[in-house]
Amino acid sequence: MSPMNEEHNNLLLKPNRAVGIVGYGAYVPQYRLPAAEVARIWTNGQAALPVKEKSVPGLDEDVATMSIEAARNAMKRAQISPEQLRAIWVGSESHPYAVKPTSTIVAEAIGAAPHIQAGDWEFACKAGTEAMVAAVAFVGSGMADYAMAIGMDTAQGRPGDALEYTAGAGGAAFIFGPAQFSLAIVEYTYSYVTDTPDFFRRQYQKYPEHAQRFTGDPAYFKHITHAAQTLMEASETKPSDYRYAVFHQPNLKFPQKVAAQLGFTREQIAPGLLVGEIGNTYAGAAIIGLTAILDIAEPGDRILVVSFGSGAGSDAFSIVVTEAIRERRNLAPKTKDYIARRVPIDYAQYVRQRGKLTMK
Amino acid sequence: MEVPRHWRLRKQRYGLVGEACPHCESKLFPPRDVCPECGKDAREPYQFSGRGEVYSFTTVYEPPTGFEEYAPYTVALVKLEEGPMVTAQLTDVNSKDVKIGMPVEMVTRKIRTDGDERGMIIYGYKFRPVLQKS
Ligand SMILES: [Zn+2]
Repeated sequence: MSPMNEEHNNLLLKPNRAVGIVGYGAYVPQYRLPAAEVARIWTNGQAALPVKEKSVPGLDEDVATMSIEAARNAMKRAQISPEQLRAIWVGSESHPYAVKPTSTIVAEAIGAAPHIQAGDWEFACKAGTEAMVAAVAFVGSGMADYAMAIGMDTAQGRPGDALEYTAGAGGAAFIFGPAQFSLAIVEYTYSYVTDTPDFFRRQYQKYPEHAQRFTGDPAYFKHITHAAQTLMEASETKPSDYRYAVFHQPNLKFPQKVAAQLGFTREQIAPGLLVGEIGNTYAGAAIIGLTAILDIAEPGDRILVVSFGSGAGSDAFSIVVTEAIRERRNLAPKTKDYIARRVPIDYAQYVRQRGKLTMK
Repeated sequence: MEVPRHWRLRKQRYGLVGEACPHCESKLFPPRDVCPECGKDAREPYQFSGRGEVYSFTTVYEPPTGFEEYAPYTVALVKLEEGPMVTAQLTDVNSKDVKIGMPVEMVTRKIRTDGDERGMIIYGYKFRPVLQKS
């Protein structure tokens, strides 16, 4: 290894004990708001559409209920008992309570409480992947055999704002465990963060603020590019060593552009690129793409996952699929099953379901 | 405020946890500690599969206090595959598509909010049409 690579290699995050994904599960609500509906209301149908449609939660759904279903799917694939889980961490920017954790509700619902670590994580759209990095470490250090990390959101955009076209609902749960029981091994992770004010929401504010000129180059592209390039240089891999790649997907344009800049082909990113059909699921966006890839991947395939969270930062993962994928992936619904379960709604129904109507 | 009652019932409500009778293998829901089949003690916790079918149903247009924001919704008597019958809301389904004998599966959803938007969110089981798998 050259001195340059040695220096970079120290930047990789790698557990002492080999860790992998033993179970995974996705969730997407059934309702879809076509972007054309938003354009019809706010621009006489004149706007360029960033996605085809986005997923919308039902009246009785929130990040807790959606996390519970994803967690149950992950448990079905992991084939472990709930008592074996030693952590449940939920990353989101739309936790149902301002104060009271989502993770304890999920732990109780799947029968994993009370002998368990639980906590809620926040970092805009990378809250899910930061919980995943921590879960890899929790298992990798030997503190626990199994830990669950979830990234789930029911994002809201201000009515008429550009974000209203894309702010969707959905996410995924992953259970990490010892590599020998895994359906995919986590080779290493790498994280890159800077203090960048591209997008934020102050306490008690319903909708986020975003600095239009900040959200592209200095935020999304800079962080994802640094994270992906550093991980590849330090691990002496190149885009062709990966069968698939998935990047945070706030719209269709950004992930396709960053993939091309990094040297990935359309074929490598196609299976994980779901934003056109379900919208931007924020903390769930990169990782629900990973579930769709695991649904079709073959043993030996290497996958690059790079999230992005405003504020700002990226977590990158290099993951290699094992033989266990063949039978485990069939133990729970596939991500495409949730995408196919599609009930289109109009803007009026959307307004009702998203609590934009005042009843009293 | 009914926080203590919601807290006591959370296990059976979130996950459809009932009891199994060690004497005659009957499954009980809701848990009642005495087997209705053989009359003996039945206190073994039992996690129901969540699968069942619609036995009968009715659609609610004028809901009781606390449920206004969900109307109209359908309430069904669901026969669980393990035997017991439970009353629950159906979700992710249009009331005109509900049929007797329709296979359903348990999901955990918001039931209502205790009081106004400052109150506790009550979660519990509902049933939806079985998700189609490829
Ligand atoms: Zn009995």
